[in-house]
Amino acid sequence: MYICRVKHWWKVLAVLLISYSIVGGFLMDVPDLGILGKTIRNLHFHVPMWFTMIFLLLISYIYSIMYLAKGKAALDTKAESFIEAAVLFGLLGVATGAFWAWNTWGKPWVNDPKLNGVAIGMLIYFAYFLLRNNIEDELKRGKFAAVYNLFAFPIFIVLIIVLPKMAENSLHPGSGDTVGFSSYKLDSDLRKVFYPAVLGWMLFGIWVAGLRSRFVNLKLKHENR
Amino acid sequence: MRIGSLIFFILAGFSAIASDARDFFYSSGKIYVVVSVLLIIFLGIVLYLIRLERKIKKLEDKDEA
Repeated sequence: MYICRVKHWWKVLAVLLISYSIVGGFLMDVPDLGILGKTIRNLHFHVPMWFTMIFLLLISYIYSIMYLAKGKAALDTKAESFIEAAVLFGLLGVATGAFWAWNTWGKPWVNDPKLNGVAIGMLIYFAYFLLRNNIEDELKRGKFAAVYNLFAFPIFIVLIIVLPKMAENSLHPGSGDTVGFSSYKLDSDLRKVFYPAVLGWMLFGIWVAGLRSRFVNLKLKHENR
Repeated sequence: MRIGSLIFFILAGFSAIASDARDFFYSSGKIYVVVSVLLIIFLGIVLYLIRLERKIKKLEDKDEA
């Protein structure tokens, strides 16, 4: 059976971890936090979307470097597919974040350094696809895209992690004048669900991105016939 | 059919626990119902991905042959 094959173990692990986080996220006791109330449970669902996005972008970044070094078309496909999956998780992060903010902070989009940073960051990766789609030549497209990615990822990290930390104030934990996750009451209980959730979603993201790249490879092969 | 047998076992499991489960759900503000719904949705997406991966694998094998 499919799930019994050894090479699929990490996909099984991903599914188990996410399932655990769904059960744990709903059933474990959570602290009641001011305007957040008990919606801190969303920590286990909203935040892993962002961690997964950054993780997939990092993998794509590595593939881009490998592509520039080795020039194999399959590496370019990998880099593209991981960005695509990352953007999917980013959009899910924006959507869930907006809904959460709407019901706690009062507005779906508040003037917060993290939100502004991520808005620009997402646009940077939208432009990546714009760049790709407008270059016909495969070799040229690969090289342009890889070099673009070399710049895009560090800028993205600065926009969503470094600048929000340097900002005067922020609503997000660990940014500007706010304290980090570790100072919450019951934080060790939150961690028990949060970290498995992050790992599970990261593995899940690799799975989705891998499927996408295999599909693109097949498509390219058939087009070149 | 492997997917078919999997669905059968899930349904069989559900019907076996159904009567006890109802009391269990009522006793806890029915939050377990919500958790179960989410798990079903998530596992549905996973099944979809597994089938998709199999189809891709078949195409890849065909391509190499």
